[in-house]
Amino acid sequence: MPPASIYTVSQVTAYIKSLFAEDLLLADVWLSGEVSGFTQASSGHCYFTLKDGGAVLKAVIWRTQAARMVLPRNGDQVLAHGYISVYEQGGTYQLYVNHLEPAGVGRLWLEFERLKARLEAEGLFDEARKRPIPERPARVGVATSPTAAALRDILRTLAARFPLVDVILASTPVQGDAAPAGIVAALDALNRWSAEREPLDAIIVARGGGSIEELWAFNDERVARAIATSAVPVISGVGHETDFTIADFAADVRAPTPTAAAAVATPDARELVARVAGLATAARGGMTNRLAAARMGVENLTRRLTRLSPALRLAGDRQRVDDLSRRASLAMAHRLTSIRARLGGQRLQLSALDPARVLARGYAIVSKPDATVVSSTTQVAAGDPLRVRVADGAFDAQVV
Amino acid sequence: MTEETTPAFEELYRELEDAVRRLEAGDLPLAESLTLFEHSTALAEQCNRLLDEAELRVRQLTTRPDGGLDAEPFAGWQTE
Repeated sequence: MPPASIYTVSQVTAYIKSLFAEDLLLADVWLSGEVSGFTQASSGHCYFTLKDGGAVLKAVIWRTQAARMVLPRNGDQVLAHGYISVYEQGGTYQLYVNHLEPAGVGRLWLEFERLKARLEAEGLFDEARKRPIPERPARVGVATSPTAAALRDILRTLAARFPLVDVILASTPVQGDAAPAGIVAALDALNRWSAEREPLDAIIVARGGGSIEELWAFNDERVARAIATSAVPVISGVGHETDFTIADFAADVRAPTPTAAAAVATPDARELVARVAGLATAARGGMTNRLAAARMGVENLTRRLTRLSPALRLAGDRQRVDDLSRRASLAMAHRLTSIRARLGGQRLQLSALDPARVLARGYAIVSKPDATVVSSTTQVAAGDPLRVRVADGAFDAQVV
Repeated sequence: MTEETTPAFEELYRELEDAVRRLEAGDLPLAESLTLFEHSTALAEQCNRLLDEAELRVRQLTTRPDGGLDAEPFAGWQTE
Protein backbone atom coordinates (compact mmCIF):
# COMPACT_ATOMS: atom_id res chain seq x y z
CA MET A 1 0.00 0.00 0.00
CA PRO A 2 1.50 3.32 -1.03
CA PRO A 3 2.02 5.78 1.79
CA ALA A 4 -0.46 8.65 2.01
CA SER A 5 2.31 11.21 1.76
CA ILE A 6 6.06 11.33 1.58
CA TYR A 7 8.06 14.18 3.20
CA THR A 8 11.45 15.48 2.34
CA VAL A 9 14.18 15.60 5.01
CA SER A 10 13.90 19.39 4.98
CA GLN A 11 10.17 19.24 5.55
CA VAL A 12 10.49 16.90 8.53
CA THR A 13 13.39 18.89 9.94
CA ALA A 14 11.40 22.13 9.57
CA TYR A 15 8.53 20.41 11.36
CA ILE A 16 10.80 19.33 14.22
CA LYS A 17 12.18 22.84 14.43
CA SER A 18 8.68 24.26 14.69
CA LEU A 19 7.97 21.87 17.58
CA PHE A 20 11.03 23.23 19.41
CA ALA A 21 9.94 26.79 18.70
CA GLU A 22 6.50 26.18 20.20
CA ASP A 23 7.89 24.81 23.45
CA LEU A 24 7.92 27.41 26.22
CA LEU A 25 10.64 25.74 28.29
CA LEU A 26 13.02 25.40 25.36
CA ALA A 27 12.41 29.00 24.38
CA ASP A 28 13.69 30.34 27.71
CA VAL A 29 15.84 27.94 29.67
CA TRP A 30 18.47 28.09 32.39
CA LEU A 31 20.83 25.14 32.70
CA SER A 32 24.01 24.22 34.44
CA GLY A 33 26.78 22.02 33.20
CA GLU A 34 30.46 21.63 32.48
CA VAL A 35 32.03 23.26 29.42
CA SER A 36 34.01 21.04 27.01
CA GLY A 37 35.29 21.25 23.45
CA PHE A 38 35.22 25.02 23.53
CA THR A 39 36.39 26.67 20.29
CA GLN A 40 36.03 30.15 18.91
CA ALA A 41 35.91 30.26 15.11
CA SER A 42 37.56 32.99 13.09
CA SER A 43 34.06 34.38 12.58
CA GLY A 44 33.94 35.11 16.32
CA HIS A 45 31.16 32.58 17.01
CA CYS A 46 31.88 30.11 19.78
CA TYR A 47 31.03 26.41 19.80
CA PHE A 48 31.20 24.01 22.72
CA THR A 49 29.26 21.34 24.53
CA LEU A 50 27.71 21.40 27.96
CA LYS A 51 27.75 18.13 29.77
CA ASP A 52 26.98 16.49 33.04
CA GLY A 53 27.28 12.90 34.15
CA GLY A 54 24.51 11.67 31.88
CA ALA A 55 24.26 13.77 28.72
CA VAL A 56 25.80 16.35 26.45
CA LEU A 57 24.25 19.33 24.73
CA LYS A 58 25.74 21.30 21.86
CA ALA A 59 25.94 25.03 22.47
CA VAL A 60 26.60 28.15 20.41
CA ILE A 61 27.47 31.70 21.39
CA TRP A 62 27.11 34.19 18.55
CA ARG A 63 29.87 36.68 18.05
CA THR A 64 27.81 39.67 19.25
CA GLN A 65 26.94 37.86 22.50
CA ALA A 66 30.47 36.51 22.92
CA ALA A 67 31.87 40.04 22.75
CA ARG A 68 29.86 40.98 25.82
CA MET A 69 30.76 38.11 28.11
CA VAL A 70 33.65 36.47 29.88
CA LEU A 71 34.17 33.33 27.80
CA PRO A 72 34.37 30.02 29.60
CA ARG A 73 37.18 27.54 29.45
CA ASN A 74 36.99 23.80 29.15
CA GLY A 75 36.17 22.21 32.47
CA ASP A 76 34.33 25.30 33.86
CA GLN A 77 31.08 24.74 35.67
CA VAL A 78 28.68 27.31 34.23
CA LEU A 79 25.12 28.51 34.44
CA ALA A 80 23.83 29.18 30.92
CA HIS A 81 20.67 30.84 29.65
CA GLY A 82 19.26 30.81 26.14
CA TYR A 83 16.93 28.87 23.84
CA ILE A 84 17.24 25.44 22.29
CA SER A 85 16.54 25.04 18.61
CA VAL A 86 17.33 22.84 15.65
CA TYR A 87 20.39 23.37 13.41
CA GLU A 88 18.98 22.00 10.19
CA GLN A 89 22.19 21.64 8.19
CA GLY A 90 23.83 19.67 11.01
CA GLY A 91 20.75 17.66 11.85
CA THR A 92 21.27 18.56 15.51
CA TYR A 93 19.61 20.57 18.18
CA GLN A 94 21.64 23.04 20.26
CA LEU A 95 21.57 25.70 22.93
CA TYR A 96 21.84 29.27 21.67
CA VAL A 97 23.44 30.97 24.65
CA ASN A 98 22.67 34.60 25.48
CA HIS A 99 23.85 34.62 29.07
CA LEU A 100 26.59 32.65 30.74
CA GLU A 101 27.96 32.94 34.24
CA PRO A 102 30.32 30.94 36.37
CA ALA A 103 28.50 28.52 38.61
CA GLY A 104 29.94 30.44 41.56
CA VAL A 105 26.56 32.12 41.69
CA GLY A 106 25.23 28.65 42.27
CA ARG A 107 27.49 28.57 45.30
CA LEU A 108 25.89 31.83 46.44
CA TRP A 109 22.49 30.21 46.26
CA LEU A 110 23.78 27.26 48.18
CA GLU A 111 25.02 29.69 50.87
CA PHE A 112 21.66 31.41 50.78
CA GLU A 113 19.79 28.16 51.34
CA ARG A 114 22.12 27.11 54.17
CA LEU A 115 21.84 30.46 55.97
CA LYS A 116 18.09 30.50 55.49
CA ALA A 117 17.76 26.99 56.91
CA ARG A 118 19.98 27.85 59.87
CA LEU A 119 18.16 31.06 60.79
CA GLU A 120 14.82 29.39 60.23
CA ALA A 121 15.77 26.58 62.60
CA GLU A 122 16.83 29.23 65.10
CA GLY A 123 13.32 30.66 64.94
CA LEU A 124 14.38 34.00 63.47
CA PHE A 125 11.63 33.87 60.84
CA ASP A 126 8.84 32.62 63.14
CA GLU A 127 5.42 34.09 62.49
CA ALA A 128 5.09 34.70 66.22
CA ARG A 129 7.99 37.16 66.00
CA LYS A 130 6.25 39.29 63.38
CA ARG A 131 4.89 42.54 64.71
CA PRO A 132 2.04 44.46 63.12
CA ILE A 133 2.69 47.79 61.42
CA PRO A 134 0.57 50.60 62.91
CA GLU A 135 -2.25 51.53 60.56
CA ARG A 136 -1.59 55.27 60.57
CA PRO A 137 2.07 55.79 61.47
CA ALA A 138 3.19 59.19 62.69
CA ARG A 139 6.84 58.60 61.81
CA VAL A 140 8.74 56.02 59.78
CA GLY A 141 12.43 55.40 59.30
CA VAL A 142 13.96 54.53 55.93
CA ALA A 143 17.27 52.73 55.61
CA THR A 144 18.58 52.89 52.05
CA SER A 145 20.97 54.71 49.78
CA PRO A 146 20.12 58.44 49.57
CA THR A 147 21.03 58.55 45.88
CA ALA A 148 19.11 55.49 44.76
CA ALA A 149 15.90 55.47 42.78
CA ALA A 150 14.44 53.29 45.55
CA LEU A 151 14.44 56.21 47.99
CA ARG A 152 12.73 58.49 45.49
CA ASP A 153 10.11 55.81 44.85
CA ILE A 154 9.52 55.40 48.59
CA LEU A 155 9.27 59.13 49.35
CA ARG A 156 7.00 59.81 46.39
CA THR A 157 4.75 56.99 47.43
CA LEU A 158 4.63 58.23 51.03
CA ALA A 159 3.93 61.79 49.84
CA ALA A 160 1.13 60.58 47.59
CA ARG A 161 -0.48 58.21 50.08
CA PHE A 162 -0.03 59.72 53.52
CA PRO A 163 1.94 62.99 53.58
CA LEU A 164 1.21 63.34 57.31
CA VAL A 165 3.93 60.83 58.02
CA ASP A 166 7.27 62.13 59.20
CA VAL A 167 10.28 60.47 57.54
CA ILE A 168 13.68 59.84 59.11
CA LEU A 169 16.27 58.67 56.60
CA ALA A 170 19.36 56.70 57.59
CA SER A 171 21.62 56.46 54.60
CA THR A 172 23.69 53.38 53.83
CA PRO A 173 25.27 51.78 50.81
CA VAL A 174 23.00 48.98 49.63
CA GLN A 175 25.48 47.03 47.50
CA GLY A 176 29.13 46.15 47.73
CA ASP A 177 31.30 45.00 50.58
CA ALA A 178 30.39 47.92 52.87
CA ALA A 179 26.67 47.39 52.46
CA PRO A 180 25.94 44.77 55.16
CA ALA A 181 27.71 46.74 57.91
CA GLY A 182 26.15 49.95 56.59
CA ILE A 183 22.63 48.53 56.70
CA VAL A 184 23.22 47.23 60.23
CA ALA A 185 24.49 50.68 61.31
CA ALA A 186 21.52 52.43 59.70
CA LEU A 187 19.07 50.14 61.51
CA ASP A 188 20.93 50.77 64.74
CA ALA A 189 20.87 54.56 64.25
CA LEU A 190 17.13 54.51 63.52
CA ASN A 191 16.45 52.40 66.60
CA ARG A 192 18.51 54.77 68.72
CA TRP A 193 16.64 57.76 67.28
CA SER A 194 13.35 56.04 68.04
CA ALA A 195 14.34 55.21 71.61
CA GLU A 196 16.04 58.49 72.47
CA ARG A 197 14.51 61.24 70.33
CA GLU A 198 11.31 60.60 68.37
CA PRO A 199 9.55 57.24 68.33
CA LEU A 200 9.32 55.49 64.97
CA ASP A 201 6.31 53.34 64.07
CA ALA A 202 8.13 51.35 61.40
CA ILE A 203 11.40 51.13 59.48
CA ILE A 204 11.58 50.48 55.75
CA VAL A 205 14.73 48.69 54.56
CA ALA A 206 14.89 48.93 50.80
CA ARG A 207 16.85 48.57 47.62
CA GLY A 208 15.76 48.68 43.99
CA GLY A 209 16.06 45.80 41.58
CA GLY A 210 19.44 44.43 40.55
CA SER A 211 21.40 41.28 39.91
CA ILE A 212 21.73 38.57 42.50
CA GLU A 213 25.16 39.88 43.46
CA GLU A 214 23.86 43.44 43.77
CA LEU A 215 21.14 42.33 46.17
CA TRP A 216 23.51 40.09 48.12
CA ALA A 217 23.95 42.41 51.10
CA PHE A 218 20.34 41.59 51.99
CA ASN A 219 21.30 37.95 52.28
CA ASP A 220 23.91 38.74 54.91
CA GLU A 221 23.48 37.14 58.31
CA ARG A 222 24.35 40.38 60.16
CA VAL A 223 21.63 42.25 58.26
CA ALA A 224 19.10 39.51 58.95
CA ARG A 225 19.91 39.59 62.67
CA ALA A 226 19.78 43.40 62.84
CA ILE A 227 16.33 43.28 61.24
CA ALA A 228 15.11 40.55 63.56
CA THR A 229 16.32 42.33 66.70
CA SER A 230 15.15 45.82 65.69
CA ALA A 231 12.88 47.24 68.41
CA VAL A 232 10.92 49.04 65.68
CA PRO A 233 8.99 46.79 63.25
CA VAL A 234 10.78 46.42 59.91
CA ILE A 235 9.29 46.35 56.41
CA SER A 236 11.61 45.01 53.70
CA GLY A 237 11.30 46.11 50.10
CA VAL A 238 14.22 44.65 48.20
CA GLY A 239 14.56 44.17 44.44
CA HIS A 240 11.70 43.09 42.23
CA GLU A 241 8.58 41.05 42.95
CA THR A 242 10.36 37.77 42.36
CA ASP A 243 13.41 38.45 44.51
CA PHE A 244 13.38 36.90 47.96
CA THR A 245 16.22 37.72 50.34
CA ILE A 246 17.07 36.58 53.86
CA ALA A 247 16.20 40.15 54.94
CA ASP A 248 12.68 39.55 53.62
CA PHE A 249 12.27 36.47 55.80
CA ALA A 250 13.60 38.26 58.87
CA ALA A 251 11.43 41.37 58.38
CA ASP A 252 8.08 41.80 60.10
CA VAL A 253 6.51 42.44 56.71
CA ARG A 254 8.00 41.63 53.31
CA ALA A 255 7.00 43.99 50.51
CA PRO A 256 7.92 43.01 46.94
CA THR A 257 9.45 46.39 46.00
CA PRO A 258 10.50 49.67 47.68
CA THR A 259 7.31 51.33 46.43
CA ALA A 260 5.23 48.51 47.85
CA ALA A 261 7.08 48.85 51.17
CA ALA A 262 6.05 52.51 51.36
CA ALA A 263 2.46 51.47 50.61
CA VAL A 264 2.53 48.81 53.31
CA ALA A 265 3.79 51.39 55.82
CA THR A 266 0.98 53.88 55.27
CA PRO A 267 -2.75 54.15 54.71
CA ASP A 268 -4.09 55.80 51.57
CA ALA A 269 -5.11 59.35 52.47
CA ARG A 270 -7.99 59.21 49.98
CA GLU A 271 -9.34 56.17 51.75
CA LEU A 272 -8.84 57.93 55.08
CA VAL A 273 -10.79 60.95 53.84
CA ALA A 274 -13.59 58.57 52.92
CA ARG A 275 -13.40 56.95 56.35
CA VAL A 276 -13.49 60.31 58.11
CA ALA A 277 -16.53 61.20 55.99
CA GLY A 278 -18.05 57.85 56.98
CA LEU A 279 -17.42 58.60 60.64
CA ALA A 280 -18.97 62.06 60.28
CA THR A 281 -22.03 60.47 58.67
CA ALA A 282 -22.20 57.91 61.46
CA ALA A 283 -22.00 60.72 64.01
CA ARG A 284 -24.91 62.49 62.29
CA GLY A 285 -26.82 59.22 62.18
CA GLY A 286 -26.17 58.61 65.86
CA MET A 287 -27.29 62.13 66.69
CA THR A 288 -30.42 61.83 64.55
CA ASN A 289 -31.31 58.59 66.28
CA ARG A 290 -30.61 60.08 69.67
CA LEU A 291 -32.86 63.06 68.85
CA ALA A 292 -35.59 60.77 67.56
CA ALA A 293 -35.36 58.71 70.73
CA ALA A 294 -35.52 61.87 72.82
CA ARG A 295 -38.51 63.12 70.85
CA MET A 296 -40.27 59.80 71.30
CA GLY A 297 -39.52 59.94 75.01
CA VAL A 298 -40.97 63.42 75.21
CA GLU A 299 -44.08 62.37 73.30
CA ASN A 300 -44.52 59.41 75.56
CA LEU A 301 -44.18 61.59 78.66
CA THR A 302 -46.55 64.14 77.20
CA ARG A 303 -49.13 61.43 76.71
CA ARG A 304 -48.71 60.22 80.26
CA LEU A 305 -48.77 63.78 81.54
CA THR A 306 -51.96 64.53 79.69
CA ARG A 307 -53.57 61.58 81.36
CA LEU A 308 -52.53 62.93 84.74
CA SER A 309 -53.37 66.58 83.94
CA PRO A 310 -55.56 68.55 86.50
CA ALA A 311 -57.41 69.98 83.53
CA LEU A 312 -58.55 66.51 82.69
CA ARG A 313 -59.49 65.92 86.32
CA LEU A 314 -61.27 69.26 86.41
CA ALA A 315 -63.13 68.30 83.31
CA GLY A 316 -64.04 65.07 85.06
CA ASP A 317 -65.06 66.91 88.18
CA ARG A 318 -67.01 69.37 86.13
CA GLN A 319 -68.80 66.54 84.50
CA ARG A 320 -69.40 64.90 87.82
CA VAL A 321 -70.78 68.19 89.14
CA ASP A 322 -72.98 68.53 86.08
CA ASP A 323 -74.11 65.04 86.59
CA LEU A 324 -74.86 65.59 90.23
CA SER A 325 -76.67 68.84 89.60
CA ARG A 326 -78.67 67.20 86.88
CA ARG A 327 -79.55 64.42 89.22
CA ALA A 328 -80.32 66.97 91.94
CA SER A 329 -82.60 69.00 89.78
CA LEU A 330 -84.29 65.84 88.56
CA ALA A 331 -84.82 64.75 92.11
CA MET A 332 -86.04 68.19 93.03
CA ALA A 333 -88.46 68.27 90.15
CA HIS A 334 -89.60 64.84 91.07
CA ARG A 335 -90.14 65.89 94.62
CA LEU A 336 -91.92 69.03 93.63
CA THR A 337 -94.24 67.03 91.44
CA SER A 338 -95.02 64.64 94.19
CA ILE A 339 -95.47 67.48 96.65
CA ARG A 340 -97.65 69.20 94.17
CA ALA A 341 -99.65 66.06 93.67
CA ARG A 342 -99.97 65.61 97.39
CA LEU A 343 -100.96 69.22 97.79
CA GLY A 344 -103.65 68.82 95.14
CA GLY A 345 -105.12 65.86 97.08
CA GLN A 346 -105.00 67.78 100.31
CA ARG A 347 -106.71 70.72 98.70
CA LEU A 348 -109.52 68.40 97.66
CA GLN A 349 -109.73 67.05 101.17
CA LEU A 350 -109.65 70.55 102.54
CA SER A 351 -112.41 71.73 100.33
CA ALA A 352 -114.37 68.66 101.31
CA LEU A 353 -113.94 69.78 104.89
CA ASP A 354 -114.88 73.40 104.15
CA PRO A 355 -117.95 74.08 106.40
CA ALA A 356 -119.42 76.35 103.75
CA ARG A 357 -119.43 73.46 101.30
CA VAL A 358 -121.09 71.25 103.89
CA LEU A 359 -123.69 73.90 104.59
CA ALA A 360 -124.28 74.23 100.89
CA ARG A 361 -125.21 70.60 100.76
CA GLY A 362 -128.03 71.37 103.26
CA TYR A 363 -126.34 70.78 106.54
CA ALA A 364 -126.60 73.34 109.35
CA ILE A 365 -124.33 74.22 112.20
CA VAL A 366 -126.16 74.60 115.47
CA SER A 367 -124.49 76.59 118.18
CA LYS A 368 -125.41 77.81 121.60
CA PRO A 369 -125.47 81.58 122.39
CA ASP A 370 -121.92 81.14 123.79
CA ALA A 371 -120.92 79.88 120.29
CA THR A 372 -120.39 76.31 121.40
CA VAL A 373 -121.24 74.04 118.54
CA VAL A 374 -123.90 71.58 119.46
CA SER A 375 -122.90 68.13 118.40
CA SER A 376 -124.73 66.09 121.04
CA THR A 377 -128.26 66.02 122.51
CA THR A 378 -126.73 66.13 125.93
CA GLN A 379 -125.64 69.70 125.38
CA VAL A 380 -129.14 71.15 125.24
CA ALA A 381 -132.38 71.19 127.18
CA ALA A 382 -135.91 72.27 126.22
CA GLY A 383 -136.26 75.95 125.89
CA ASP A 384 -132.60 76.61 125.21
CA PRO A 385 -132.11 79.25 122.57
CA LEU A 386 -129.99 78.08 119.65
CA ARG A 387 -128.44 79.68 116.62
CA VAL A 388 -128.63 77.80 113.36
CA ARG A 389 -126.27 78.55 110.55
CA VAL A 390 -127.14 77.50 107.01
CA ALA A 391 -125.46 78.14 103.66
CA ASP A 392 -126.80 81.61 103.04
CA GLY A 393 -127.23 82.89 106.58
CA ALA A 394 -128.38 82.14 110.10
CA PHE A 395 -131.52 82.23 112.20
CA ASP A 396 -132.43 81.67 115.80
CA ALA A 397 -134.38 78.72 117.07
CA GLN A 398 -135.49 77.17 120.39
CA VAL A 399 -135.29 73.62 121.67
CA VAL A 400 -138.78 72.16 122.23
CA MET B 1 2.85 70.67 58.45
CA THR B 2 4.57 71.17 61.75
CA GLU B 3 5.86 68.73 64.31
CA GLU B 4 2.94 69.34 66.66
CA THR B 5 0.13 68.65 64.23
CA THR B 6 1.61 65.59 62.54
CA PRO B 7 1.22 63.15 65.43
CA ALA B 8 -2.07 64.81 66.30
CA PHE B 9 -3.83 63.16 63.40
CA GLU B 10 -3.81 59.76 65.05
CA GLU B 11 -5.19 61.24 68.28
CA LEU B 12 -7.87 63.18 66.42
CA TYR B 13 -8.83 60.13 64.40
CA ARG B 14 -9.05 57.87 67.44
CA GLU B 15 -11.02 60.51 69.32
CA LEU B 16 -13.39 60.77 66.38
CA GLU B 17 -13.84 57.00 66.24
CA ASP B 18 -14.49 56.94 69.98
CA ALA B 19 -16.98 59.83 69.81
CA VAL B 20 -18.91 58.14 67.02
CA ARG B 21 -18.96 54.84 68.90
CA ARG B 22 -20.40 56.57 71.95
CA LEU B 23 -22.90 58.51 69.87
CA GLU B 24 -24.06 55.35 68.13
CA ALA B 25 -24.52 53.58 71.46
CA GLY B 26 -27.30 56.10 72.06
CA ASP B 27 -27.27 55.85 75.85
CA LEU B 28 -25.95 59.32 76.63
CA PRO B 29 -28.02 62.20 77.99
CA LEU B 30 -29.26 64.37 75.14
CA ALA B 31 -27.21 67.42 76.07
CA GLU B 32 -24.08 65.29 76.23
CA SER B 33 -24.93 63.72 72.86
CA LEU B 34 -25.27 67.15 71.31
CA THR B 35 -21.92 68.27 72.68
CA LEU B 36 -20.32 65.05 71.49
CA PHE B 37 -21.88 65.44 68.05
CA GLU B 38 -20.57 68.97 67.68
CA HIS B 39 -17.19 67.78 68.87
CA SER B 40 -17.07 64.91 66.37
CA THR B 41 -18.05 67.23 63.51
CA ALA B 42 -15.17 69.51 64.48
CA LEU B 43 -12.84 66.50 64.74
CA ALA B 44 -13.78 65.30 61.25
CA GLU B 45 -13.08 68.77 59.86
CA GLN B 46 -9.72 68.87 61.60
CA CYS B 47 -8.81 65.43 60.25
CA ASN B 48 -9.70 66.50 56.72
CA ARG B 49 -7.79 69.73 57.04
CA LEU B 50 -4.69 67.88 58.24
CA LEU B 51 -4.91 65.46 55.32
CA ASP B 52 -5.47 68.28 52.83
CA GLU B 53 -2.67 70.47 54.05
CA ALA B 54 -0.02 67.87 54.84
CA GLU B 55 3.34 67.93 53.09
CA LEU B 56 5.82 65.14 53.51
CA ARG B 57 8.70 66.11 55.78
CA VAL B 58 11.94 64.18 55.33
CA ARG B 59 15.01 64.42 57.54
CA GLN B 60 18.29 62.57 57.28
CA LEU B 61 20.21 61.27 60.28
CA THR B 62 23.77 62.47 60.68
CA THR B 63 26.25 61.35 63.29
CA ARG B 64 28.13 63.95 65.35
CA PRO B 65 31.80 63.36 66.18
CA ASP B 66 30.73 62.38 69.70
CA GLY B 67 28.50 59.69 68.24
CA GLY B 68 25.24 61.57 68.89
CA LEU B 69 22.56 61.73 66.19
CA ASP B 70 21.05 64.73 64.45
CA ALA B 71 18.32 64.94 61.83
CA GLU B 72 18.81 67.41 59.00
CA PRO B 73 16.14 68.36 56.46
CA PHE B 74 16.46 66.26 53.32
CA ALA B 75 14.93 67.65 50.14
CA GLY B 76 16.95 66.02 47.37
CA TRP B 77 14.21 63.60 46.39
CA GLN B 78 11.77 66.17 45.05
CA THR B 79 13.94 67.39 42.17
CA GLU B 80 14.41 65.11 39.24
